[in-house]
Amino acid sequence: MAQAERILGSSIKRREDPRFITGHGQYTDDIQLPGMVYGVFVRSPYAHAKIKNIDTSKAIAVPGVVAVYTGKDMESDGVQPIPTGWLLPGIKLPNRYPLAFGEVNHVGEAVAIVLAEDPYTATDAAELVEVEYERLPAVVSAEQAYNSRTQVHDDIPGNIVFDWDIGDKEKTDAVFANAPKISKLHLTNNRLIPNAIEPRSAIGRYERYTDEATLWVTSQNPHIERLILSAFVLGIPEHKLRVIAPDIGGGFGSKIFIYPDEAAVLWASKKSGLPVKWTATRSESYKTDSHGRDHSTEVELALDDSGKILGLRIKTLANLGAYLTLFGPVTPTYLHGTVVSGVYDIPAIYCNVIGVCTNTICVDAYRGAGRPEATYLVERIIDHAANDLNMDPVEFRRKNFIAPDKFPFQTQVAVIYDSGDYDKALKRALEMLDYEGFQREQVEARQQGRYLGIGFSTYIEMCGLAPSEVVGALGAQAGLWESGIVRVHPSGKVTILTGSQQQGQGHETTFAQIVADGLGVPIEDIDVVHGDTGRIPYGWGTYGSRSAAVGGSAIARSVQKLQDKIKKIAAHLLEASPEDIVYEDGKAYVRGAPNSFKTFGEIALQAYLAHNIPDDLEPGLEETTFYDPSNFTFPFGTHIAIVEVHPDTGKIEVKRYVAVDDFGNVINPMIVDGQVHGGIAQGIGQALYENAVYDENGQLLSGTMMDYAVPKATYVPNYEVDRTVTPAPHNPLGVKGAGEAGTIASPPAIVNAVIDALKPLGVQQLDMPLTAEKVWKAIHQTQPAQGTNGH
Amino acid sequence: MYPAKFDYTRAGSIQEAIQLLQQHGDDAKLLAGGHSLLPMMKLRLARPAMLIDIGRIPDLKNIRTDGDVLVIGALATHTQVAASDDVRRLAPALADAAAKVGDQQVRNRGTVGGNLAHGDPASDLPPVMTALNAELTLVGPNGSRTLKAEDFFIDLFTTALEPDEILTEIRVPAAPHSAYAKLENPASGYAMVGAAVNLTMDGNTISDARVVIGGAVPKPTRASAAESALRSNALNDDTINNASTLAADGIGDWMGDIHASEDYRKEMAKVYTGRALRDIKVAS
Amino acid sequence: MSTTPITVTVNGKSHTAEVEPRMLLVHLLRNVLNLTGTHVGCDTSQCGACTVMMDGQAVKSCTVLAVQADGSEIMTIEGLAHDGNLHPLQEGFWEMHGLQCGFCTPGMIMTALDLLQHNPNPTEEEIRHGLEGTLCRCTGYQNIVRAVKYAADKMAQPAAATKEA
Repeated sequence: MAQAERILGSSIKRREDPRFITGHGQYTDDIQLPGMVYGVFVRSPYAHAKIKNIDTSKAIAVPGVVAVYTGKDMESDGVQPIPTGWLLPGIKLPNRYPLAFGEVNHVGEAVAIVLAEDPYTATDAAELVEVEYERLPAVVSAEQAYNSRTQVHDDIPGNIVFDWDIGDKEKTDAVFANAPKISKLHLTNNRLIPNAIEPRSAIGRYERYTDEATLWVTSQNPHIERLILSAFVLGIPEHKLRVIAPDIGGGFGSKIFIYPDEAAVLWASKKSGLPVKWTATRSESYKTDSHGRDHSTEVELALDDSGKILGLRIKTLANLGAYLTLFGPVTPTYLHGTVVSGVYDIPAIYCNVIGVCTNTICVDAYRGAGRPEATYLVERIIDHAANDLNMDPVEFRRKNFIAPDKFPFQTQVAVIYDSGDYDKALKRALEMLDYEGFQREQVEARQQGRYLGIGFSTYIEMCGLAPSEVVGALGAQAGLWESGIVRVHPSGKVTILTGSQQQGQGHETTFAQIVADGLGVPIEDIDVVHGDTGRIPYGWGTYGSRSAAVGGSAIARSVQKLQDKIKKIAAHLLEASPEDIVYEDGKAYVRGAPNSFKTFGEIALQAYLAHNIPDDLEPGLEETTFYDPSNFTFPFGTHIAIVEVHPDTGKIEVKRYVAVDDFGNVINPMIVDGQVHGGIAQGIGQALYENAVYDENGQLLSGTMMDYAVPKATYVPNYEVDRTVTPAPHNPLGVKGAGEAGTIASPPAIVNAVIDALKPLGVQQLDMPLTAEKVWKAIHQTQPAQGTNGH
Repeated sequence: MYPAKFDYTRAGSIQEAIQLLQQHGDDAKLLAGGHSLLPMMKLRLARPAMLIDIGRIPDLKNIRTDGDVLVIGALATHTQVAASDDVRRLAPALADAAAKVGDQQVRNRGTVGGNLAHGDPASDLPPVMTALNAELTLVGPNGSRTLKAEDFFIDLFTTALEPDEILTEIRVPAAPHSAYAKLENPASGYAMVGAAVNLTMDGNTISDARVVIGGAVPKPTRASAAESALRSNALNDDTINNASTLAADGIGDWMGDIHASEDYRKEMAKVYTGRALRDIKVAS
Repeated sequence: MSTTPITVTVNGKSHTAEVEPRMLLVHLLRNVLNLTGTHVGCDTSQCGACTVMMDGQAVKSCTVLAVQADGSEIMTIEGLAHDGNLHPLQEGFWEMHGLQCGFCTPGMIMTALDLLQHNPNPTEEEIRHGLEGTLCRCTGYQNIVRAVKYAADKMAQPAAATKEA
């Protein structure tokens, strides 16, 4: 008999797709409630100003307008500021209210909300709200914030919200003082707008006579939203608030945070007694969604003469924007400084991060969150050092890799890498690429005056967030375990309830694969419920590539518990001992007697009837797990880009992109490849196209999709992907997480390739995005312009 | 996302549209495909009190030939122009440009007349029409007049169109040796630099040349130095290199923004002029 | 301000409505006709999430006034499958994992439909070019390209079969 393909690990088609491809997904803005009104916010046109007065009389007089509320209305109702979720020693916390009433600190900060019968009318009326501002000078860049006397918040001197470090300063300084060679770079990690294609949206409904509140919201973590809005901001009792995250049209981190708009919408529903919907326009999203990255970094690598790394020293200024949002403080610190050892055995590391506030929208986690910034600086300085040493970048990397026999590996920046075999992925990627073939091609191209380059990124990331005790010790105001209930119904059908929250990752498929495999149940008989605090157990949601490693592990543990119970019931029915029961493919039998069995369905029914189950067993067949991982996971891999730079225009063509990742075991290869593809596209976007630009007054110049370049289909290459498998040793599935790797690994691969291409011209460093103009200027500054090329 | 209020009416004929324009004066705007106007209205950067929809006026959608002259109705869409064999044969620069406007969905709705009347400096068609020496027919209360494209574009978003006039037709003299090359804004797809060239050939010798830069300047601007360098020379690499090097000479008002500085656009005007010239096919 | 009566045929069904002239076609579809499969992802006609077929051509329904669509035939994503049978494009997106969050998918499928109408056998480059007007942030496009190719191949099959028969 042919061995049936095991469902765990196979590329089955996604079960969520039929509703999406037919137009029957249900996103927040698709929901219509009877009697619903539409909210439109009045937003500050200035980056920094005092609010002197707000006159709503003209707006309220517009026919169809139901109410206009200001920050003062919320304040007098006792509404509290939105807290941050992560505290660092000495951190300064500016207050962020759902509607500002004293001062505005970024363009787009909301000062009032207009409710009307339709969004057109609400927009008309919002224009008629007269706000008198007294403008104040704005602070925009991190350097400006750090060096200027102008303050964003009166009570935060020098605009410094924290000064954080990790590693051993003394030891590292000593290494640098005696190092034979030091390589050094100044890098900026460009500010990005996440750009989930679905704009943020919220619908609040408060029922006065039952005091029950419901918030439908574009959230990656409905329980955190509920906790913060109930216990901290609005004072609605937690058990009276239900938060529903319906289908979410992409998040990439931007839908983790608890936004002022969402709090205001729910409060406005309570105040007005009407359901209130608000959906951001795209330009509103650009001004109000938390942005990503925005680091300015000095990085130095100390080396001996043979090319061994002796030490790494980093000083980063991180722009956090006007306020500290949910994970704002942790993103540039613990999610960044803890992975700066990369895949390298570095004996001394010191990393100092100074977080500053500015009059720009908040900066927080965007796909990768801190780890792309770390990987960028590590992989750039590695390439730069190899170049300084005149060593092949592959050879230099290999020389400094952490050897496979050194795991678990304690880095100099607190974390312990669980497992890894870095050369395995590198080797496979070089094979796929034909490195030697490329080197010959490059030599020929250079002879012809063509600029071909290759860029490596042998990255590591830290995900599977996270052991709760560890993060608690580091300042998290949250646990980061995950819940998973597997509920078997009397008829043998199964419902999975998970605290993970998908925004496109395919949990309805992968989580069902885990259960189908473990219980031997057809996948058609399994459904996944997520995103509704009224239906699922408490959970922390989805970010940090944690859903498979933590949420999936919770489900896997529940499956193990069910298997135990199934065996006990089967043993009882088959008059055997549970230790002698084999349960496979949905059948339980006594070892050695497979022909006499009880099916999963029979056992499920018996569990509920409870007519004939062991005396010490409770009826029912449902298991709950709150899974708290014992460690982070550390996916790694090698990404290689080959680019050609066209010297006449400075345009960059990505000719090949090879990615070999190690995510441990893989539940659905098709889905994992898809995550890698999309991640790479976003990383290419950062490297070549995307840039959030403010002018000196804090106006967002890249304020619409006309001015912020989200990659189009023609901007990205075909990705050649493969995997190595080094299972995570500490979780039941052996999985590590795949959601962010592409975005983390790809920017340095692209930039290193461009720098390599331009090597004959002596270009050593360019900051992202590598726009055609920037590259063209670099070429023509190092080489006197020769008129037009390329003929 | 939500335009301000306006009144809406449909014109059944050119005459009716002109009457409506006269009646409503400066408060009224003509609506054809809407792909220049509606995006501005959605951001409330434009708020006309009245829209006169001319999209259904018969006969303005046609593309035909009149001898060797290409006649394009103002309501012809970019998709129609890009797909027209007549346009490809008689004015390849226009076919190239029409195929590069926006994206497929935009080309399906956006019209040639609407595009030209908007006077957007980043638009693809204005430099092409100028290079092709196209003649625009403008109809007003006192009958119709024709204007060369070169005289039609005055400044940023400013054309010679009077408030009570309608652009109805564009006549393009045959320009088989023409081409358009474009450096596009990676976000919007608009031209940061557009170079349109139109050569009159006598065998392999260029007897006349029009080189027009768009995208980087407030209105389509002729690169006279490049034109002179092309005239009376054979079309070969030396001529092309020489002419393209001069493509920015004498042009003063370069525009810059976060996507491309003035200097870069100026240099790219040379590169893209070279590219357009190299695209020209001369049957030997 | 007045309203204007319009009649549009959407997915084969005629609808009459009184609309403000400023109402965008996408809001007519979503808010009046409750066809929420067509999405709004931007306000500057870039993202293409709102793409529908209007008189046989893909258009961005956020950049068409409902009054301009008066008398038109509109097809939205909800009208693409027939008698419960998925269109080859829908099938292709499912088979090739051409979607993740699904938000751009209806617009992407409609954009691809226009492409295949005038180019039934596109190359990879032509597919990418044809999809330029619609943005996807999840997939990195590779599987979308494969999905469109799948549909093109599938749509070519019945014609070939007919020829043989």
